[in-house]
Amino acid sequence: MNELAAAVPWLGKRNPAAARWLILILAIAAPLIAWQFGRSWVRILDFALLYMMLALGLNLVVGFAGLLDLGYIAFYAVGAYTFAFLASPHFEVHLPFWLVLPLGAAFAALAGIMLGFPVLRLRGDYLAIVTLGFGEIVRIFMLNLNYPVNITNGPQGIGMIDPIVLFGWDLSQNLQITERFAINSLFLYYYAFLACVAGSILFIRRLQISRVGRAWAAMREDELAAKAIGINTRNLKLLAFALGATFGGVAGCLFGAFQGFVSPESFSLMESIAVLTMVVFGGMGNIAGAVIGAFVLALLPEILRHIAVPLQQAVFGHVLLDPEVLRMLLLSLAMILMMLLRPTGLIPARARYAHPENLHRSSQP
Amino acid sequence: MDAETLQQLINGLVIGSVYALIALGYTMVYGILGLINFAHGDVLMVGAMTALQTMLFLMGVAPGMSPVAMLTLALLVAIPVSMLIGYTMERLAYRRLRNAPRLAPLITAIGMSFLLQTLAMIIWGRNYHTFPQLISTTPLQPVEGVFVTPVQIVIIVVSALLMIGLTLLVNRTRIGRAMRATAENHRTASLMGVDTNAVIAFTFIIGAGLAAVAGVMYASNYGIAHYGMGFMPGLKAFTAAVLGGIGNLGGAMLGGIVLGLVESFGAGYIERLTFGFLNSSYQDIFAFIILGLVLIFRPTGLLGERVSDRA
Amino acid sequence: MKKTLIAAAILGLGLSAAHAQEVVKIGAAAPLTGTIAHLGKDLENGARLALEEANARGVTIGGKPVKLEFMGEDDQADPRTGTTVAQRLVDAGVKAVVGHLNSGTSIPASRIYHQAGIAQITPASTNPKLTQQKYPGVFRTIANDVQQGSVLGKFAVENLGAKKIAIIDDRTAYGQGLADETEKAAKSAGAQIVAREFTTDKATDFNSILTKIRSANPDVIFFGGMDAQAGPMLRQFKQLGITAKFLSGDGSCSPEMIKLAGDAIGANAYCSMAGLPIEKMPGGADFRARYKKRFNADVQIYSPYAYDAATAIITAMEKAGSAEPSKYLPELKKVNFDGVIGNISFDDKGDLKQGSITVYQFKDGAWVPL
Repeated sequence: MNELAAAVPWLGKRNPAAARWLILILAIAAPLIAWQFGRSWVRILDFALLYMMLALGLNLVVGFAGLLDLGYIAFYAVGAYTFAFLASPHFEVHLPFWLVLPLGAAFAALAGIMLGFPVLRLRGDYLAIVTLGFGEIVRIFMLNLNYPVNITNGPQGIGMIDPIVLFGWDLSQNLQITERFAINSLFLYYYAFLACVAGSILFIRRLQISRVGRAWAAMREDELAAKAIGINTRNLKLLAFALGATFGGVAGCLFGAFQGFVSPESFSLMESIAVLTMVVFGGMGNIAGAVIGAFVLALLPEILRHIAVPLQQAVFGHVLLDPEVLRMLLLSLAMILMMLLRPTGLIPARARYAHPENLHRSSQP
Repeated sequence: MDAETLQQLINGLVIGSVYALIALGYTMVYGILGLINFAHGDVLMVGAMTALQTMLFLMGVAPGMSPVAMLTLALLVAIPVSMLIGYTMERLAYRRLRNAPRLAPLITAIGMSFLLQTLAMIIWGRNYHTFPQLISTTPLQPVEGVFVTPVQIVIIVVSALLMIGLTLLVNRTRIGRAMRATAENHRTASLMGVDTNAVIAFTFIIGAGLAAVAGVMYASNYGIAHYGMGFMPGLKAFTAAVLGGIGNLGGAMLGGIVLGLVESFGAGYIERLTFGFLNSSYQDIFAFIILGLVLIFRPTGLLGERVSDRA
Repeated sequence: MKKTLIAAAILGLGLSAAHAQEVVKIGAAAPLTGTIAHLGKDLENGARLALEEANARGVTIGGKPVKLEFMGEDDQADPRTGTTVAQRLVDAGVKAVVGHLNSGTSIPASRIYHQAGIAQITPASTNPKLTQQKYPGVFRTIANDVQQGSVLGKFAVENLGAKKIAIIDDRTAYGQGLADETEKAAKSAGAQIVAREFTTDKATDFNSILTKIRSANPDVIFFGGMDAQAGPMLRQFKQLGITAKFLSGDGSCSPEMIKLAGDAIGANAYCSMAGLPIEKMPGGADFRARYKKRFNADVQIYSPYAYDAATAIITAMEKAGSAEPSKYLPELKKVNFDGVIGNISFDDKGDLKQGSITVYQFKDGAWVPL
């Protein structure tokens, strides 16, 4: 929150408290603003929040612990499929949301540990390629485990997944306040997801300045030195994988319930790369970076899709490039230019722990 | 060896040679810069598409040209174009990122890969194109029931020649020595009078040239080309490079061949080996499982000697 | 100067008159990027052509002249993007949607169209599950996997005389669904399935699975997948000396497939498409020519189906005298006309009632109906 507040231009430095309120108001009002442009924008915001959770989780692994993970989407898949197994007509099991969510998180964490153990010794790019392989292996198993016993329903995916139901309150139905006035289900999902993201931010914030967070930072900067001062790097790595995976699993559960349909093509390598790009784009190793990176990169393609054609017609008189092509072109250029001009991301992480006084100050709530 | 086994061996060798050629480009760049050049596979695509464009042009202006001359001319255009792309990438993007945080070059490379694909899509459209198969694809039957086409033989021979050539270049020439020195230590090499910038640019150019050749051979073998054709072979070749020990030329070649064979035999025999429990739908995971096992038990790859401490 | 002013005034008048005419938006969604972008564009063009021709003819809904407006979206063949563009179409106020291409995107998107109450007619998604959801607004103008697979399986055994059949699918919802149904039908017709192999929708190398299949020596090899794989696969048939007959579904029944297979395609290649041959249909005789003239491209696969889907929507709206979904949906259920691909009328689930399938054989550079 503090980091996010500080990232607000101009106001952030002068009046952090006001900036904090501004962010809070924006976060709550965002879907109302988006609504003015159409319901699809609220849906896009909902997905942006899911991407924020993913980016926060991956940031924990890559940014905090310094372990480059190119297969992060696998945990998202584990979460989504857990939800689909336990709350859909596929196995005729319909467990309540409150039970499935922790299970999804737990399975994802388990998957994280399963990945973590064999790769403990690997570093840097070797780790990257093995995690990439792990992501693909998970996807391929989801794609093919419909034979000899049908577990995942293969390429057909699992549909008709139960929506999120909180205390008998179904989020997928519009909430009727009075006869004339109803709150759209997209808003309900938005605030539910917002609560999850806020919870994650608070948790990760506490974690970052805790003993574990500082040990991760030490390990990231110099593993040998970290070992030498008595940090148990093995446990810390496993913890990073497990915790990072947990966030992926939770986001996956929410995704499954929100979309109502999961199939392996949602969990491709490109998605892993997309989330990693969000983290790096925003600025690795800091919460505000992950949040803003996810927000910008989830919205950018959609904004381009919206403005590309009218803009070209206004400027050239006819459409030179299809919006789809332009979207890919600008996205790739954005990735390259961003890294060239600002390689530490939109909001660079500050070397907070080098200065004890900073540490002290930021540990104040 | 029965006909089926022999055929799978040939299948594996052909695709493995292509992987090996691409892997060389990855491994050289990694050895010198510690950079995973994700866009390398797309340089292969640029090579194939440029060659295709040249051939179509030549067929228009000189329909009676002999296939060999046409292929040579196409290569003579495709290789420099790919080299130019490789050089431009290095000069405009990667060079500025040498001292950037570790992930920045990787993200740039991914962006570069998307950029090349998008540009290719703008130029050549989204459709698959047929690639003229100038070398015959009518199969020969050296052994009863085993088929091999002339283009496949060319692929294996050309790959082998290029690999030998590259090994000689790196081990026997002045520029090769400079490359090895730069890979060992940039600063020291530059203190010794090596123009490291030129050496790095040269490495990219050579890698791109090899990729162009690989692209043309790949497209000739399958008879198709399109804007996204480089991504999967690129990924596989990268796996092959790591498998063999990234940064090591011999390793890349070995890794490529091993990967090709594993994929080919894996897809062909897994159903029988697992009593029908697994089948060829799992063929894309063999590469990753083998890779995982090799790295866990031999973290520097099959032939890697140096412990990768670039992390 | 004066002249310009007058011209501008006239132009302005013309514009405002055009605005006074009621506009009905109809959406289309298909992948316009990625490996099957050419098929997505084909689908979109089919719907666009139907709208443009209807506009040229003049559409009257409820006694008022109406202009139909086309809105196309790229779903990238991705389920999540599919739901996003579905929402976008709904927001833009489209009254009906032609799409999507892949079953994997059609199914999640159908929920959004259903919530908005508008009709979705897919001209390409063949997965039976789509209409099994029993959404009242979901229809398809193409035979589903069960309809097509049962014909293909029987055809392989009875017409091609196959005793041993090998089956390959591309691990997409479409390929797997069709391959499974074909396998079932072939088995019950008395054939033996000697190999069941798999590839992906991004692969170009099929040598190892084909080598394995060759050892099993099948009479017919069936492939459930798209033209971009089927073309190179046929080339590898030739390279490996496989002489078995090649059979596939609508996904590889395109001119693109013939182009990609090059000289490796011959009279041993068969494929099927839903409906009757276009050339024999009263409404479709010159469809290819019209399409070619408008888009300067050949019909691939789905444009006739998309054309018919859009025509069904327009017909229903005209009959109901309203573009409001609640009014025209009952009429859409009852439509009955001869489209480009044959008779268009829906059963109570929304599937094509007359699920006739035509099998084509490669002859003299084109697919010729048998």
